[in-house]
Amino acid sequence: MNALGKAKVFDVDKIRADFPILARQVHGKPLVYLDSAASAQKPQSVIDAISRTYGHEYANVHRGAYYLSEMATRAYEDAREKVRLFINAASPSEVVFTKGATEAINLVAHSFGRAFIKAGDEIVLSAVEHHSNIVPWQLLREATGCVLKIAPMEADGSFNLESFAAIIGPKTKLVAVAHVSNVLGTILPVREIARLAQAVGAKVLLDGCQGIVHQIVDVQDLGCDFYVFSGHKLYGPTGIGILWARAELLNAMPPYQGGGDMIESVSFAKTTWAPAPAKFEAGTPPIVGAIGLGAAIDYLNSIDRVAATAHEEDLLRHAMSSLAQVPGVRLIGTARRKAAVQSFVMEGAHPHDLATVLDRSGVCVRAGHHCAQPLMELLGVSATTRASFAFYNTRAEVDALIAALRKAQEVLL
Amino acid sequence: MTQTATSSPENPEMIAPEITFAELVENFALFDDWEDRYRYLIDLGRKLPLFPDSLKTELNKVRGCMSQVWLVTGHPPGDPSKFAFAADSDAHIVKGLIAVLGVLFSGQTPAAVASIDPEAAFAKLGLDQHLSPTRRNGVVAMVARIKAAAAA
Repeated sequence: MNALGKAKVFDVDKIRADFPILARQVHGKPLVYLDSAASAQKPQSVIDAISRTYGHEYANVHRGAYYLSEMATRAYEDAREKVRLFINAASPSEVVFTKGATEAINLVAHSFGRAFIKAGDEIVLSAVEHHSNIVPWQLLREATGCVLKIAPMEADGSFNLESFAAIIGPKTKLVAVAHVSNVLGTILPVREIARLAQAVGAKVLLDGCQGIVHQIVDVQDLGCDFYVFSGHKLYGPTGIGILWARAELLNAMPPYQGGGDMIESVSFAKTTWAPAPAKFEAGTPPIVGAIGLGAAIDYLNSIDRVAATAHEEDLLRHAMSSLAQVPGVRLIGTARRKAAVQSFVMEGAHPHDLATVLDRSGVCVRAGHHCAQPLMELLGVSATTRASFAFYNTRAEVDALIAALRKAQEVLL
Repeated sequence: MTQTATSSPENPEMIAPEITFAELVENFALFDDWEDRYRYLIDLGRKLPLFPDSLKTELNKVRGCMSQVWLVTGHPPGDPSKFAFAADSDAHIVKGLIAVLGVLFSGQTPAAVASIDPEAAFAKLGLDQHLSPTRRNGVVAMVARIKAAAAA
């Protein structure tokens, strides 16, 4: 928002110039990158931050008494503060750096799960979850004898709050759901989910991998207890993720891994832990990943995110109406509240074939089960093709997708 | 697991290629653009013998991320000294790749199967991108299963 309170016109060409890879060609065709939900491309400022750190400011953190280590430590801790502000966490000690969202969920399952979840306790997931928000809980079930329950989904991909309210109860200790579905794009009613869960005394974990990319996130306002996301989907580097949790929870949770940097004192008789977040960051952390993520957040703060989201919504609407006009195409996921992710199937053309042929037109889309096999089974398909949009995509790229799909039909059918 | 033609309840028809690999290379060389090359590949897949649905079991499934592939191995009819296989996929392009593997491997002696380098062969056809271990379309897993079965 500018000083007048109006959203500025979103200059997508100017944005695209910040992402060097978008200028390249694939198979002699301009790159049309529609797979940002799998991993987003990086702005030059992130690439520069990584290069500058390794080139000028690199040393291990929290250890050295020398200037370079102090610089690296400051940059690493500055990145934590940037994340804190970005998600409006109460304190930087609530922000744990992990190697990704998957590790963040596994951390909660191991640490919180084994300490506070017992045989017979219930964990509620949604039907749209990514494998990374299913399998860690199954491992916990094997270890503890807890019970997993699945909140159902409507045919259009929307979340059914009434059914959810009916399956939670006094035995529910944790609700772990996606903020935004990676396959369907559905924005889950997470505030209402959190309110209902907390009314029965359950904690709430939100998988924010897609949510943080397309929504402005305020963890205190969402009312959840854990929020996890990965850096690489948020225009940052791979190998860095975030676990946010309320301070009282992190303080009550036992360590997840043991090693250097997570202790207060070590003796062979007894070791005491450092306070959070250090307790959960054993060993040398992903230093440059964290600094790169900080640069990605700086970048996002430098653009008009309200206008960027409006642009993404425009791309989604254009994609949905254009795809619906291609003969034989069926949209998968048409919930009213959706982020810029669209799955579809085409009659007679397997998603793998489609993605392979689209690639020859320079169009990158994802085909497969999107690490959500239970959801595929529910949808009655073995796989879908998914186009996902970032604010650097254009309407012309949506049109290129449609043209490539029509060409693919000629080749495949 | 090796399944001979006679041991299968449905007795699936093994792939019996009508052309040699050299002919396949010549045919691929005729096409100037990728569209025609893919069309030809898909046509090869369409000509594969019917793979019975009853054999599309978990046991016969070859792990691929993006498409499903089923494969059974055995021998050409009346020739137990040679190796043969039958396979199917729900994706057209993968089915075409199965046909190429058929030309390479089905009806060969176990010694020939062991000596064939599928990577080099796919490169000659300009299809090498489909045989990279990073493309989880089941082709790499199929080759592994074919080689293991022929050696057994």
